[in-house]
Amino acid sequence: MESLHSQLGGLQYDAAPESAAIANIQKEYGLFINGRFTSPADHKTFSTINPATEETLSMIALADTKDVDAAVQSAKRAYEKVWSKTTGAQRAKYLYRIARLIQERSREFAVTETLDNGKPIRETRDIDVPLAAAHFFYYAGWADKLSHAGFGQDPQPLGVAGQIIPWNFPLLMAAWKLAPALAAGNTCVLKPAETTPLTALLLAEVLQQAELPEGVVNIITGDGTTGVALVEHPDVNKIAFTGSTGVGRMIQQRIAGSGKHLTLELGGKGANIVFEDAPIDEVVEGIIDGIFFNQGHVCCAGSRLLVQESIAEDVLRRLMRRVEQLRVGDPMDKNTDVGAINSAEQLARITELTAAGEGEGATRLTSTCVLPSKGYWFAPTVFTNVSQSHRIAREEIFGPVLSMLTFRTPEEAVQKANNTNYGLACGVWSEKGSRTLWVAERLRAGVIWANTYNKFDPTSPFGGVRESGFGREGGRQGLEAYLNV
Amino acid sequence: MSENRLEVRKTYKLLMNGAFPRSESGRTYEVVDAEGTFIANVAQASRKDLRDAVVAARAAQAKWWSQSAYNRGQVIYRLAEMAESRHDEIAEAVEVCEGVKSKEARKSVSRGIDRMVWYAGWTDKITQVFGGANPVAGPFFNFSLPVPSGVVAAIAHPALSFEGIIDMVFGPVAAGNAVVLLASTERPIPAVLLGEMSAVSDFPGGVLNILTGQVEELAPVMASHEDIDGFDVGHAPEAERAALISASAGSIKRVFEGHGNDEATAMRRMRTFIETSTVWHTKGQ
Amino acid sequence: MLRLVTPESSGIQIPVRKNLPVFLTESGLRTELKKLSGVDAVGAEARVAKLSTRSLKKETKKSAINLAISMVDLTTLEGADTAGRVSSLCSKALRPDANDLTAPSVAAVCVYPDMVATARGVIGTSSVQVASVATAFPSGRASLAVKLLDTKEAVDAGADEIDMVIDRGAFLSGNLFKVYEEIVAVKEACGSAHLKVILETGELVTYDNVRRASWLAMLGGADFIKTSTGKVGVNATLPVALVMLEAVRDFAEEYGEVVGVKVAGGIRTTKDALKYLVVVNETVGATWLTPDYFRFGASSLLNDLLLQRSKQQTGNYARPDRFSGD
Repeated sequence: MESLHSQLGGLQYDAAPESAAIANIQKEYGLFINGRFTSPADHKTFSTINPATEETLSMIALADTKDVDAAVQSAKRAYEKVWSKTTGAQRAKYLYRIARLIQERSREFAVTETLDNGKPIRETRDIDVPLAAAHFFYYAGWADKLSHAGFGQDPQPLGVAGQIIPWNFPLLMAAWKLAPALAAGNTCVLKPAETTPLTALLLAEVLQQAELPEGVVNIITGDGTTGVALVEHPDVNKIAFTGSTGVGRMIQQRIAGSGKHLTLELGGKGANIVFEDAPIDEVVEGIIDGIFFNQGHVCCAGSRLLVQESIAEDVLRRLMRRVEQLRVGDPMDKNTDVGAINSAEQLARITELTAAGEGEGATRLTSTCVLPSKGYWFAPTVFTNVSQSHRIAREEIFGPVLSMLTFRTPEEAVQKANNTNYGLACGVWSEKGSRTLWVAERLRAGVIWANTYNKFDPTSPFGGVRESGFGREGGRQGLEAYLNV
Repeated sequence: MSENRLEVRKTYKLLMNGAFPRSESGRTYEVVDAEGTFIANVAQASRKDLRDAVVAARAAQAKWWSQSAYNRGQVIYRLAEMAESRHDEIAEAVEVCEGVKSKEARKSVSRGIDRMVWYAGWTDKITQVFGGANPVAGPFFNFSLPVPSGVVAAIAHPALSFEGIIDMVFGPVAAGNAVVLLASTERPIPAVLLGEMSAVSDFPGGVLNILTGQVEELAPVMASHEDIDGFDVGHAPEAERAALISASAGSIKRVFEGHGNDEATAMRRMRTFIETSTVWHTKGQ
Repeated sequence: MLRLVTPESSGIQIPVRKNLPVFLTESGLRTELKKLSGVDAVGAEARVAKLSTRSLKKETKKSAINLAISMVDLTTLEGADTAGRVSSLCSKALRPDANDLTAPSVAAVCVYPDMVATARGVIGTSSVQVASVATAFPSGRASLAVKLLDTKEAVDAGADEIDMVIDRGAFLSGNLFKVYEEIVAVKEACGSAHLKVILETGELVTYDNVRRASWLAMLGGADFIKTSTGKVGVNATLPVALVMLEAVRDFAEEYGEVVGVKVAGGIRTTKDALKYLVVVNETVGATWLTPDYFRFGASSLLNDLLLQRSKQQTGNYARPDRFSGD
C-alpha cells in the first residue's frame, strides 16, 4: 500500500556544545582531610577519565589505610571538639551557605559532572545540580528542629559517619549523604566513586568557601580498598552506602557485631506497569524517562516494562518510534538525550547481559543511532519476548536496556512486579485512581511513581525494601539514618 | 475431689499456621523448672519446622496486612483479654520457669499484658505517626506510608519468659508483620501459653508462630533463610550475634540488636521492621 | 538475533486511505471519542518543558527562522482595521523585509471577512494565501445560517482559507453532535477553500478536552485545527500544541488524512516560535514542517523573526525600526 512517512527530527540540530572552559579542572587532586587538600601517605594516584572521549581529566590521590585513618581521626576530632558543640542553628547556617554556593557555581558543577561522568549536560544542569543544592537547603532547616522530627525530645547524632557513594549521580549522592548527616550533627568521611571523584572534590572547595570547620567533612578518593578501610575503621560509628547489592551485602557482613549503624541503598529491577487506560503519550515519555534517563545508570530505573496485553503492540510501536528519536552522543551537547556509559567495565557488563538476553531467545530492538568512535557507548535497546526467567528480566543491567513483558490482570501485574529479590521502585500508569492505589498498596517497593517516573525531591523519602537495602534518604525519615534513636 | 488425684499433664507443642503440631522430627527435649524438677517434654523444632513456619508466616502476613488497622488492633486487644483471664495460669508458669516469687511473676505478667494493650492501640496510629504527605517541589501529590517488612524472626529473651517476648512479638505484629518466635530454650512454657491463647483470639493462622527448641540449631537457619525479612537478635547469645548478623546479610535482612524493654527500644524495634513506601501521583486537570 | 529499529519506525507512518467515517448520531460520535487516550497534564507539560531546552544554533537556527517566517499567518483582527492597514499588511506579507528580498514571504494574511476583497486585491495570485475568520468570530454566537452566510461571503470575496470557531458552549455542555454538524456544514460551505477549525483551547481548559475537540474537528473535515482566536485570556500554549500535534499524528495514522495545526495568540518572539518548531519536529516530524501543515497566527512575531534573521545574516543586532510596523 502506498503510504506517506514523516521523518521525526527532520529538522537537524547543529552541534550546541556547552563550554568546558568553566570547569577549571586541576591536573591533580589530593585528599581533603581536616579542611585542606593533602597528599596521600604513599603518593599513589589514579586517573579519572572522560568516558565520552577516554581522555584523562585529572590525576587523583588514592587513599590507603593510613590516609583513611587520618581522615577518620580528623572527623572524630572535629566531632568531639567542634561539631557536637555547634548549635543546630549554627549547623543550619553552614548548610544554607553550602546550598547557596552550589547554586552560585552550578554551571561549573554541571560541566565538571558531565565531563567526569558522561551524562548529558541537560541532566546535570537541570536535575543533578539543582537537586543537590535543594537537599542542602532542605536539611539545613532540620538542623535546629530535630526535637520536632518525631524521634524524641533530644535525639543525638551518631558521631563519625563513613559514606560511600556511587558513580551514577556523584554530586547528588554526596549531597544526599552529607546534608542529613551534618544537619543531625555528625561529622563525615565521604568516599566518592573511583571513576567520578571530581564533583566531590569541587564540593570540598565549596566547603572551604563556606568556612565549614576543619574536619567536619573529609573527602577521600580511592578504590575498593579505600572503601573497605573506611568500613572497617573502629572509630567510624555509622556506614551509609549506596551501590550494588553485592557490595552492600559485603559491608553488612564486615561490620556485623561491631555495633556500627548501617543504611544501604542498593540495586533494583523496577517494574513500570502500564494499564490499558493509561495516558498513552505520557506513558511513552515515562518509559523513556524510566530507562534511558542517565543512560539507565539508575538504581531505581524502570528496567522491566509490564504492559497490559491489549495495548502491548501499540505501546511497543510508539515506544520504538521514540527510542529511535533519542539523541545519543556528546554529553556536552545541550541537545543530547543519552550520553556515554560511565566506564569500560560497565559497558562490558551491559554488553554481556544483552548478549545473554539474545542467547536466551528474547528479541532485541536497538536504535540505529550512530555512536561516536571514541569513548564508551551503548545504543538504547529494548527487548521483547522476554520471560520472567531470563537474566535480562532478573538482573540489574544498569544500562539503557529495557525488558518488555505483558500481563492481563492487575493481580498478574502485581505478581510479576514483585517477582524479584529487589524492591526499590515501581511505576504505575492508569487514569483510574482506584486501581492505581490498589496496585501501589501491593507493590513491594520503597518508591512508587504513579503516572510519572524517576522523580526525586529532598522532602520525599527514597530507599528500598528487601535486597534493595534499608534506611531512607530524604524527608523526615532521612534523619533517622544519622540519629541515635 | 480426692487429694491424691493424679494430675493430667499437658503436652507442649509448636504453634505453626494456627495449629499445634509436634516437631516433624519427632524430637522433644526436657524442660525443668528453676529448681531442676521436670516440667514437660517440649517439642524440639527442626530446620524443617522452621521452614514450614516461614511458609505459614509469609502467607498469613499478606492476610494480616490486608485487614484494617482497626481490626488488627481489635485482634491484639482480644489476645490481651484472653491473657488477662488466664493471668493466674501464666503467672504460675512464669513463677515456675523463672523461679521468681509469685508476686513478682504476677507483676511481670501484668506488665506484659499492659504492653500488649499498648500495641493494640498502635496498629491504627503507625500510619499517621510514621507516614505523611511530603511537600515536593512539583505538581505531585506525594505521600509516605509505613508498611511492614514482611516476615520477622525473633529469638526470645532467655530469662524473661513472658514479659520479655511481648515487645518482640507485638512490635512487628502491630506494624503488620508476621512473626516466627523461637521461645526461650530453658523457659518456653509461658511463650507456648501465649501461642495457645493466640490461636483462639482471631489471629489469622500463621501471623504468630512459636517454635520451641535449641537456639544454636535454629538461629543460624533463621539468619540464612532468604524469605525472612527481619531478624531480632537482641537476645541471641552474645557470642553468636555477629555471626547471625553476618549471615543475615545474605538477603539484606533488617536486623534489630536492641535489648531493653523500655519504650524507646520498643519504638526502635517497631521502626526497624517498618518500611517507608512513598507514592508519587501527578496532579493536573 | 539482533533486530535494529527499522527507519520506518523512526517516523510517522501515514497510510493513504481517505475515507473518514460519517456520524449520524451523538452516540456514535461519543463512542468514537471515547477511544481516545487521556492526557496526563503533568506529563504533557514536562514533555514540552524538556523540549524547550533544545538549543538551535547556526544553520539550524537560520533555516528554522526562515521556516517560521514562511509559516506566519500575518493577522489583523481589530474593529479599527482599515483598508489601508490591511493593504500595508498584505505588502508586508509578500515582502516581509523591504531591505532583504531573500526573506521568504509569509504563509497567509488573516483578516475579517469584509477585508478579504481588499487583501485579495493586493495579494493577487501570489503564493500568499488570503485567510478570513468567519462563523461569527470570535465568539461563535450566531445561528448556523448566519455562520454559513458569513463563510460563503468570505469565500466569494476571494478567501483561500476560512478560520471558523467551534461552539464551545455546545462542546462543554456535551452537545458534541451540534459541534460536529456545524463543522461539516461550514466545510461544505467552504467549497475549495481550506478550513481551519479554531478550538479556543483556552476555554476548553483541559487537555482531554483539547484532544477530543481536535479529533471532533478532524472528523468534521478540518484541514487545520487551530488553538485560539487570540481574543481570550489564554491563547496558544506549548502543551496544548503538543496535544494537538499528537492528535493530528494519530489521526493521520488512523484515517490517512494529514491535518495541519495552527497555533495562534501570544506568540511574539523568535524564541517562542522556535520552541513550537522543536515540538513539531519531535512530535510529528518533517511532513508537518511546512506552511502546508503548520502555521503561526501572529502579528508582532514577524518583526522579531526578521530581527533575529538579520542578526543571523549579518552578525549584528538590528534596530527594530528597520522593519515596518503593522
